Amino acid sequence: MKKYSVFAIAREAMRGHKGWEEQWSSPEPKKEYDVIIVGAGGHGLATAYYLATVHGITNVAVLEKGWLGGGNTGRNTTIIRSNYLYDESAGIYDHALKLWDGLSQELNYNVMYSPRGVMMLAHNVHDIQVLKRHVHANRLNGIDNEWLTPEAAKEFCPPLNISRDARYPVMGATLQRRGGTARHDAVAWGYARGASARGVHIIQNCEVTGVKRAPNGAVTGVETTRGFIGARKVGVVAAGHSSVIMNMAGVRMPLESYPLQALVSEPVKPVFPCVVMSNTVHAYISQSDKGELVIGAGTDQYVSYSQTGGLHILQHTLDAICEMFPMFTRMKMLRSWGGIVDVTPDRSPILAKTPVPGLYVNCGWGTGGFKATPGSGHVFAHTIARDDPHPINAPFTIERFRTGRLIDEAAAAAVAH
Amino acid sequence: MLLIRCPYCEEERPELEFRNAGEAHIARSPNIAGESDDDFEKFFFIRSNPKGIIYERWRHMHGCARFFNAVRDTVSDRFLMTYKAGEPKPTKLPGAAK
Repeated sequence: MKKYSVFAIAREAMRGHKGWEEQWSSPEPKKEYDVIIVGAGGHGLATAYYLATVHGITNVAVLEKGWLGGGNTGRNTTIIRSNYLYDESAGIYDHALKLWDGLSQELNYNVMYSPRGVMMLAHNVHDIQVLKRHVHANRLNGIDNEWLTPEAAKEFCPPLNISRDARYPVMGATLQRRGGTARHDAVAWGYARGASARGVHIIQNCEVTGVKRAPNGAVTGVETTRGFIGARKVGVVAAGHSSVIMNMAGVRMPLESYPLQALVSEPVKPVFPCVVMSNTVHAYISQSDKGELVIGAGTDQYVSYSQTGGLHILQHTLDAICEMFPMFTRMKMLRSWGGIVDVTPDRSPILAKTPVPGLYVNCGWGTGGFKATPGSGHVFAHTIARDDPHPINAPFTIERFRTGRLIDEAAAAAVAH
Repeated sequence: MLLIRCPYCEEERPELEFRNAGEAHIARSPNIAGESDDDFEKFFFIRSNPKGIIYERWRHMHGCARFFNAVRDTVSDRFLMTYKAGEPKPTKLPGAAK
């Protein structure tokens, strides 16, 4: 892998940019690998990268049915934060946030992590209580989060409408200053480039159609559209399709897959300095470096793999956005899309070993997995390499739905997720 | 937005009138306290989440307010049929691939 630097740019400028190499190679699949990762999204590629860099396991294939980063990694609203209520969640999301800081340098790839601040709005007394509880819990866990008055919120985000007769009055807000955004595609590409340079095979357009198991139950490999590929360890990181893959191995999951939509506006000059989220009206908004407003909506109410959702969901979100930021009422929206998110009953992810020896699963990130990408890959690589979870992901088992030791961020957020 | 046929009102109405109520044909044990942890997990948390034909419950919230069941393809979101609560799971589906 040739390092990217200002000197590389100068050198290539001198010779007509003919010396840039492919960022990752596309080899033919081998007959067998030490580890197969199913799904080349951010989490899967990060897992492969950390398997290679931290654990020295480079005989790894990442299988992707479509193209790299073409699922939810390329469809999310790129928000990064770690202000979750419970200790377990704080542990894993802040682990990720610490890795975001410095990720561009580590990968030698600009992931454009921008800690511009994530503000969450309170619109009623209940919101105030819930969000203040989060502030206190976060501080006890060493996570920065602070309470803002409506006036302070407006000072931090001038487009915000804090008038008292607004349809969704702003009664206060929390602010996590270390939160922000990153460039989602660059995250996938950067991890892919880093993993590929260390010998990991990234195999696109290769759909897993079956999981093979030995008579003793252990995994022996996967059937794919490009033939059988052997491996004694298989990590499933397939987002909305995780339960489909796990069913192939005979494991039924506590997951349901829903469409989640987002949309972007025409690009405009910088007008919006931070990320603003409102859980109560279910709208998130930020401005990309390209100038588009990036807006996230809620999930549809029914199980679907269609990658489209109902228009009324977007309309509801835009109603709220226009109420909270009246200056956007005349913005034109350019495009909208849907991704399929796998949601667990307690809205916390599953990163764990499974009842099947050699089979590992990283799923259930629901509507907010992008922020966790580096941390998730890091601890999942540990889980696969050692056949034992990292202390950070140890609580995120499948068995918690039998034992009752839930990590109930669904109830903690007190909103529809 | 989906158009859903309520089997009680006998007409297609917009999705906004309905509330999805999750997977259908999951029977609650009459002796829920006596359920083993395994069985309770299966009843309460484990879902089939199929990519393809799903049997699901809907409630005509802003209409007759009654629960009913539907068969839908989760890839196309097309409804194959709806039927009243309590009716058995249909074995033959209209228009479905064999």
